[in-house]
Amino acid sequence: MTRYAADPSAIKALIHPERVHRDVYTDPDIFRLEMKHLFANTWIYVGHASQIPNPGDYLTTDIGNQPVLASRHSDGSVHVLYNRCPHKGTKIASEACGNTGKFFRCPYHAWSFKTNGALLAIPFKKGYDGTGLEDTEAVKGLAPVGAAHVYRDFIFARLAPSGVDFETFFGESLSSIDNMIDRSPEGKLVLEGAPLRYMHPCNWKMLVENQTDTCHPMVAHESSAGTAISVWEREQAKGGKKPMAVEVYAPFMSPYDFFEKMGLRVWPNGHGHTGVTTSIHADYSAIPGYFDKMVAAYGEERARAILGESRHNTCYFPNIMVKGPIQTLRVFKPVAADRTLVESYTFRLVGAPDTLFERTLMYNRLINAPTSIVGHDDLEMYERAQLGLHADGLEWVNIQRLYEPGEAEDVTEIAGGTSERQMRNQFHAWTKYMTMSMTPEGVAFQEAAQ
Amino acid sequence: MSAVTEKDLVDFVYREARLLDELRYEEWLALYAEDAHYWMPAEWQQTNPRLQASLMYEDMLLLKIRVERLSGARTFSQKPKSRAQHLLQVPQVDEIDPAENRYRTWTSFHYAETRGDEFTIYAGWARHDLRVEEGSLKIVLKRVDLVNFDAPFGNIQLFM
Ligand code: FES
Ligand SMILES: [Fe+2]
Repeated sequence: MTRYAADPSAIKALIHPERVHRDVYTDPDIFRLEMKHLFANTWIYVGHASQIPNPGDYLTTDIGNQPVLASRHSDGSVHVLYNRCPHKGTKIASEACGNTGKFFRCPYHAWSFKTNGALLAIPFKKGYDGTGLEDTEAVKGLAPVGAAHVYRDFIFARLAPSGVDFETFFGESLSSIDNMIDRSPEGKLVLEGAPLRYMHPCNWKMLVENQTDTCHPMVAHESSAGTAISVWEREQAKGGKKPMAVEVYAPFMSPYDFFEKMGLRVWPNGHGHTGVTTSIHADYSAIPGYFDKMVAAYGEERARAILGESRHNTCYFPNIMVKGPIQTLRVFKPVAADRTLVESYTFRLVGAPDTLFERTLMYNRLINAPTSIVGHDDLEMYERAQLGLHADGLEWVNIQRLYEPGEAEDVTEIAGGTSERQMRNQFHAWTKYMTMSMTPEGVAFQEAAQ
Repeated sequence: MSAVTEKDLVDFVYREARLLDELRYEEWLALYAEDAHYWMPAEWQQTNPRLQASLMYEDMLLLKIRVERLSGARTFSQKPKSRAQHLLQVPQVDEIDPAENRYRTWTSFHYAETRGDEFTIYAGWARHDLRVEEGSLKIVLKRVDLVNFDAPFGNIQLFM
């Protein structure tokens, strides 16, 4: 680390209210600092409890560049642990999801660990007698991350041992997760279906910003959504009702005015969502039998309120996006400054008709798959931006749309739907969580917050 | 068409690949029945295209949208254009059933897609479910299983 290491003022200088320096997307030093600070100080999505329903179940993932696993202990509790043997570093779990039985057994020398991470046994242990092993970190077993929290089955973790607590970090933004869950007549989601995985040769923040970029669909997706509309108009002559796939594609071509009126809400700590009053998901055909089940479960008024909330994309800072009305969750996993793995997950609403889950899966493959024509449109833009940013003629990226001088930061507010307010909100949080552990004062703040 | 022979089925599969390699998409679409589907599962030995995740499960409307999009004036992901190349093993004929008008082949393949300086190889198996309509073979279902269906791919823009 050279240019930016341990220099919060250099980091802060990259972010202005209405523009950001290109180094935040291209510089490997900045990327390393993001892994060390930003992804340690924030609450990162790990997985969903329905993936590990039984004792001994586990899932593996990465928080920034850190391999972790989430494990269901014998008492039912969920533990988020570094996926690394305390002996010589071997990854303990290698599959995305599995069951380890009563304990984890390292495949290299068979040290074993309880499903809460505690050391269980070391083979031929007398070789350590008198060596002082009991005084080392190795006997503590699999190291837990700084903190873990399960919110209505959504598992989050913070790598840093101290810092902003879960409720403070997310606050009212959890209402989008609530709405997705409430759409189940039984108030329960199950993560189902393989995730669609899509590698992007661009910085992870380009994907995050795109989620609330409502001035691109009618432009970048004219090729996919626009063609879908024109082919359908031609084929329609043959009769038949509008197919589900056309209902999914067509709203991407909505005019600016629609997206502006849709509205956008920002929350503190970099969270925010598009689609306050309505969204591109509001006009799908009713799924037969679903509304009746919702009314039976919640009463008509509450059922209408839940389904009337048609939030478009909710970004949870730093790197996930939730689509409540569609029941998808996308994770933007940073791999390098110019490489991001996108994993798009689908949820089944427990107690809802199959057709709803069919639509969730269809949405995911039409929009989020590496074979998706909408995905092709977007990736082309990210890739060009990642390359274009190397041009030295200009060094700044503009995020000024509907900016008002003196705009409040770290607040809950509603803005016009085509505003770039959420991008500014994200970068404000980015600076905060990047720099809070870089100085003695920042570290003291973190400890005070604990 | 007189009785469908094994050679007819093998030739058909080769011809489909050739049309794709030569980017002759209108002729390629004409090989499909009106109610056909092109399916790329995203799970191992997948049985259900609707209630399990797939990379693609497209009817003729969606395939036509794809083909038309490829030549669109504002299709920026096709500037420059992609090209494709199929390397097929000899298709194996799994079923010939004239009474039910059902024919099925299984073909192991390598497929290359290129665009600009990028060049990517994919490997997998294609299953063709066919039937005879007005004297010619038509695809009812083409199922493409990639050997690494669960890997994180970049853009796959053409057809395997
Ligand atoms: S590395 Fe795990 S037991 Fe040796
Ligand atoms: Fe997009």
